[in-house]
Amino acid sequence: MSTSHLASALVASALFATSAAACAATDSELAEIREQIRTLKDQYETRIRALENRLQAAEAVAPAASASAASSTSASASTSGASVSAGIAAFNPAISLVLQGTYANLSQDPARYTLAGFAKTPDLSPGRRGLGLGESELALSANVDDRFAGNLIVSLTPENAVSVEEAYGFMPSLPNGLVPKFGRFFSGIGYLNEQHQHAWDFVDAPLAYQAFLGGQFANDGLQLKWVAPSDQFLEFGAEVGNGDNFPGSARNRNGVGAGSVFVHTGGDIGASHSWRAGLSYLETRAGARAGTQLDTMGRLADVAFTGNSRTAIADFVWKYAPNGNTREGNFKVQGEYFLHRERGDLTYDATGALGLTQAGAYAANQSGWYLQGAWQFMPYWRVGARYDRLNPGRREFGANADLLDTGAFHPDRYTVMLDYTPSEFTRFRLQYAQSTTRLDVTDHQLFLQYILTLGAHGAHRF
Amino acid sequence: MILRLLFLPVLVLACISTSACAALNVFATTPEWGALVTELGGDKVNVYIATNALQDPHHVEAKPSLVARARNADLMVATGAELEIGWVPLVVQQAGNPKLRPGQPGYFEATAFVPMLGKPARLDRSEGDVHPLGDPHIQTDPRNIARVAGPLAAKLAELDPANAAFYQSRYKAFDERWRAAMVRWEQQAAPLRDVPVVVQHKGFTYLVAWTGMKEVAALEPKPAVEPTVAYLSEVLATLQRQPAKMVIREAFQSDRPSRWIAERAKINIVVLPFTVGGDSEARDLFSLFDDTIARLLKGAQ
Repeated sequence: MSTSHLASALVASALFATSAAACAATDSELAEIREQIRTLKDQYETRIRALENRLQAAEAVAPAASASAASSTSASASTSGASVSAGIAAFNPAISLVLQGTYANLSQDPARYTLAGFAKTPDLSPGRRGLGLGESELALSANVDDRFAGNLIVSLTPENAVSVEEAYGFMPSLPNGLVPKFGRFFSGIGYLNEQHQHAWDFVDAPLAYQAFLGGQFANDGLQLKWVAPSDQFLEFGAEVGNGDNFPGSARNRNGVGAGSVFVHTGGDIGASHSWRAGLSYLETRAGARAGTQLDTMGRLADVAFTGNSRTAIADFVWKYAPNGNTREGNFKVQGEYFLHRERGDLTYDATGALGLTQAGAYAANQSGWYLQGAWQFMPYWRVGARYDRLNPGRREFGANADLLDTGAFHPDRYTVMLDYTPSEFTRFRLQYAQSTTRLDVTDHQLFLQYILTLGAHGAHRF
Repeated sequence: MILRLLFLPVLVLACISTSACAALNVFATTPEWGALVTELGGDKVNVYIATNALQDPHHVEAKPSLVARARNADLMVATGAELEIGWVPLVVQQAGNPKLRPGQPGYFEATAFVPMLGKPARLDRSEGDVHPLGDPHIQTDPRNIARVAGPLAAKLAELDPANAAFYQSRYKAFDERWRAAMVRWEQQAAPLRDVPVVVQHKGFTYLVAWTGMKEVAALEPKPAVEPTVAYLSEVLATLQRQPAKMVIREAFQSDRPSRWIAERAKINIVVLPFTVGGDSEARDLFSLFDDTIARLLKGAQ
């Protein structure tokens, strides 16, 4: 393969070196030079061919040689095993790509989507009606050096915007179960939060994630995880971050805007069952955090919250596969429970759109949960069901009570799905949901989705 | 504050568990390497086997139990050749145990010591779940077990020099017994030479090469792609021109395609243990091959 390239490179450099002289040279001299170059080229080609032959011969005997030589102790030190791929390309990051798209049939206008009784970030909605492109995700990852590794996940939105979903460095070289991570990353709180949207069992996030974490909580900051040296899986984690994202907001302040701690445990029961459970706690500060909220007149009012926000999550997942062989059939149940507490001030009609801007004290203790299951009943095919529920809890609006205290209403949603995964890299999904997130308004949502995964082999997360 | 409260009891726990186990902790990805480590290491090693014989080793998740065991391991014995690509890198990363990273002394890859077969001519996902470095199921040829045993014994000695002589003597004894057994197996397997067979999944490349059987067809149109009835009918047509004696499948594969073809082509179905623990007969590496050959001979009748 390299023979012709090398030879032409040699010829080119030889020509370059002689070109200055060649300008003044006569035809006979030129012919002489050409002849010299041809001989030179031939010589190198024969040499390279000989070298290649020797290399091939060496490669052919190498496995046998290493097998016999390695029985002596000294031989194995260097042959520790990683397969070597040659060329400059070996240093390129691993690249993978996720392509997605949906067809959505929504009985309610997605622009009017809201979670009654809960502050909602402006960009949350079931998405557009009709055919639409989903987020395309580009992931690059590689080892940086002997200590660090890096990972970048960029999302290309259907609106032709680029957003950095995750961009972090981590240190796989640190011993004793310590795994530090820094940069932008999905927080380790909860179960679903760390998973990318294309790995979810349903098209959309649970309502509790929408209401309390703005869909999914990412942080720019630092994470440290520690795995205990016990046979029972026990993992502790702590994070600090800028807290720019919901439930916090960008505050133009030094220091730390968000902190979280979490603990996970899990294991196997026999060969067929495995589980994981966790507890997490997130605290963020918000400064004039913009959102929308349904008021007592049924208008979607702009609100701004300043204060602190605390979220506690309990999560569990249990998976079953006969003898651990997931291929023929498997079953999975997961659930998460959220407790959410906010204290501070809420400004009603923060943008002045209604001409009724008014600030008031605000205190809320809210909760929410979801429970879902997915069953692969035959190779490639799964069915799933999910129930979501939010509890508006106790809220005090102070001076804004007349405008915002809409009374107790529990948003909930029933979802079923069927998906078909003909290979590890392709998935098609049909999903239907009855979503009642406003009093007396039920949205019938039908989604058809495709997810294609290209490039480097992905990891099988638990 | 919260952190300090959490870390304290765990640190205590850590001290207890590290002092308690002086033996070498080995994390074996598949049962055959677990069995080999036990043959070579005896009671000087604690072996944890991450998968069982009825699990498809391609499709394993980075389960909490695996992360916990990788956390304490001194050595990971993997097949390599991308068999475990979907889960081993993630398990090692989550466990925070750099000893097991590729390139480190604590990472041992069996395929590095074996001449690989079945390297795909074309690297493209349209060819199915292809293995760019060749068929990783090397354990179906006993000569490969012999090739891996030497370097593995040397690896154990390297990580646990105090017991180096112990591992070396166990290796010598194992190698002797293994080579004697191979002579026996090769004699027993002689009638299998040139016997035409159909495989369900292309996972028997090395077994077929060793016994000299003829692989006439595979039931999977492409690796890890389930056969359709249309494709099976094509295979059936091939078998009518080129009859086979039996159809072979791994214990963890679905029995539907092999049953379909066996009924119509009037051939035997042979379910092979594939690795240690694949059936009640295959209790260790020796009985794995005793059983494999016995089943093949029965199927060839």
